[in-house]
Amino acid sequence: MRHVLLVGATSPLARYMAYEFARLGDTLFLAGRDLEEVERVASDLRIRFGATVYTGRFDAAAIEEHEAFVQNVLRTMGEIEGVVWVAGTMDGLEAAFRQPSALKRLIEVNFTGAASLLTLVAGVLEERGKGFIAGVSSVAGDRGRGQNYPYGSAKGGFSLFLQGLRNRLSRKGVQVTTIKPGFVDTRMTWGRGKLPFLASPQRVARESVQAILKGKDIAYVPAVWWLIMLIIRSIPERVFKKMNL
Amino acid sequence: MSTFFLQKEITGWGRFPRARCHLYRPERVREVAQTLQGEEPAGFLPRGLGRAYGDAGLNSEGGVILMERLDRFLAFDAETGVLRCEGGTSLADIIRTFLPRGWFLPVTPGTKFCTVGACVACDVHGKNHHHEGSIGNFVRQLLLLLPSGESVRCSREQNVDLFFATLGGMGLTGIVLEVELQLRRVQSAYIVVDYVRTRNLDETLQTFHERDARYPYSVAWLDCVASGRDFGKGVLMFGRHASPDELPIPHRHSPFTVRAKRTKTLPFDLPEFVLNPLSLRAFNSMYYRAHPTRDGVVTDYDTYFYPLDSILQWNRAYGKRGFVQWQCVLPYENGVRNLARILETAQARRTYPFLSVLKRMGEPSGGLLSFPMPGYTLALDFPVRDGLFAVLDALDSIVSEAGGRLYLAKDARMSAETFHLTYPQLSRWQAVKAQVDPKGRLQSDMARRLRLLEVL
Repeated sequence: MRHVLLVGATSPLARYMAYEFARLGDTLFLAGRDLEEVERVASDLRIRFGATVYTGRFDAAAIEEHEAFVQNVLRTMGEIEGVVWVAGTMDGLEAAFRQPSALKRLIEVNFTGAASLLTLVAGVLEERGKGFIAGVSSVAGDRGRGQNYPYGSAKGGFSLFLQGLRNRLSRKGVQVTTIKPGFVDTRMTWGRGKLPFLASPQRVARESVQAILKGKDIAYVPAVWWLIMLIIRSIPERVFKKMNL
Repeated sequence: MSTFFLQKEITGWGRFPRARCHLYRPERVREVAQTLQGEEPAGFLPRGLGRAYGDAGLNSEGGVILMERLDRFLAFDAETGVLRCEGGTSLADIIRTFLPRGWFLPVTPGTKFCTVGACVACDVHGKNHHHEGSIGNFVRQLLLLLPSGESVRCSREQNVDLFFATLGGMGLTGIVLEVELQLRRVQSAYIVVDYVRTRNLDETLQTFHERDARYPYSVAWLDCVASGRDFGKGVLMFGRHASPDELPIPHRHSPFTVRAKRTKTLPFDLPEFVLNPLSLRAFNSMYYRAHPTRDGVVTDYDTYFYPLDSILQWNRAYGKRGFVQWQCVLPYENGVRNLARILETAQARRTYPFLSVLKRMGEPSGGLLSFPMPGYTLALDFPVRDGLFAVLDALDSIVSEAGGRLYLAKDARMSAETFHLTYPQLSRWQAVKAQVDPKGRLQSDMARRLRLLEVL
């Protein structure tokens, strides 16, 4: 039984990842911006699995509150043995191509907020000398694309942050897993045309938690995205820049 | 926040008719309200898992709000069996979670692949209607999102008119965000079934009358091809929940464990010639012969309540044009004669249903547009073919003359006149609708076809 902090707990992916941990008997702290929604996910987990679930409000963009938040989690749950960052947003992507304020919001939630919180939790785990940190990044962070780079660049930065964190903590007994989902069938992809290899949030959640528990460094979920991104990354830039992706 | 929709041609379970709709799929409660405030000249309609047969879940060129992502359990009292969950929760999920703890649905329709919110909107009934009534009797409270954006609780004590307008109200009075449902305590996941094979309609109905009081569940399958002396012959299935000591020995120590069934999928449309009078005759006599009179057959809940759920997409068996299920209820007065008239009329026009199911109904729940009334309910599945609707119109007039009505959850084609004639509480429903939805934001193809908001 572990004590796991899940950040961004109201998305379907986070909810089903919480299912996987709760099924194993783990104690959970669910955090999200919309506390009412977080509470709904929490009661669902308590009823289905008899899990011990705590909740708290968390705003990725409000970095100045992160320290107090981590203290609160430690007080409430007693300890943190693992953290999973699932928060992320693509809202405002269209505006972000022209307006710095929209771009700033995307970067704050997807990169700065994530890096900030995980830095604080990393400190806690480093002191304990064990535990895991998992960040849900995205295949969008593997290569800058004309259609989504405001989002993709933030996720790419987050992937690099996790990579560095892994490098630093690997000798301290703390496992860092980077999860890179492809297209997940949620509101991020709904109504945006036919997308290849669209996977259910249940499946992506299951495979993500498996990757964390196996101690993987980088996990593409579903695994086919490893191959897809290998190909996409290998396209020479002078060819890639002319493609409409 | 921008809300994206998916433009798609969808159908009900009967795959007739088809409609191009704008599908929204909120994942948070707040998003439902936001969606409902959006721009859609043809309005919005909440939809569960699409198991209503006809056009009840369609809204052509308008918004359809898929509720399936709002399916969280919010509260459960293990002492009393009262469950509060979101409207998009499926019955399958409720069974999977609570049957192992000794709780089952108080009332269940013939499929578990539907949402609890839609069950309320259709005020569904099951094989126990003659004793327990429809699901509305077990709904303690609803949380309803009104088109104004306001969420209100309604029950038999609070906002009573709205409660009874919503029971059977086809999703047109508000979006069911939460349902508080009384579950039923059971001793096992198994049903003890007594089969009775009958030789004709009189015997079928007589068996119902003799035995119905003794069994919580009953239903009859009728051979609709049989005529002459055999007319109305069938197989009655009476059931009750099994206690652990009635189970085969290997199951006694784990009475709630049912071996997961393998599901099959019908991957393509069967060509129309597959269902013809000859193949129907063969199927019916095979089914009849396979079910002799037999007592005490122990079967799992899935096989008894949801025989067709194990074949995913079985609706494709009726061919590309789809099918309609015509379900009526006929009051007991002259019920036998009217039932016979319906079956004879269909046979005389050489219109044979593939499946015909008969059962007895008890007291209504009070829902203003609810279907059930004391009497016989007959459900007939017809593949859509040329000339079918003229025959069904003839059946409709027998029903309306008899003081019965058709089930909206199944209907795809009855006339507005028939509807207005057979749902006498419509004007009371319209008064509530006008109050909670003065601009008519909640709409459906069915509402327009049946002229639900008009006075005829």
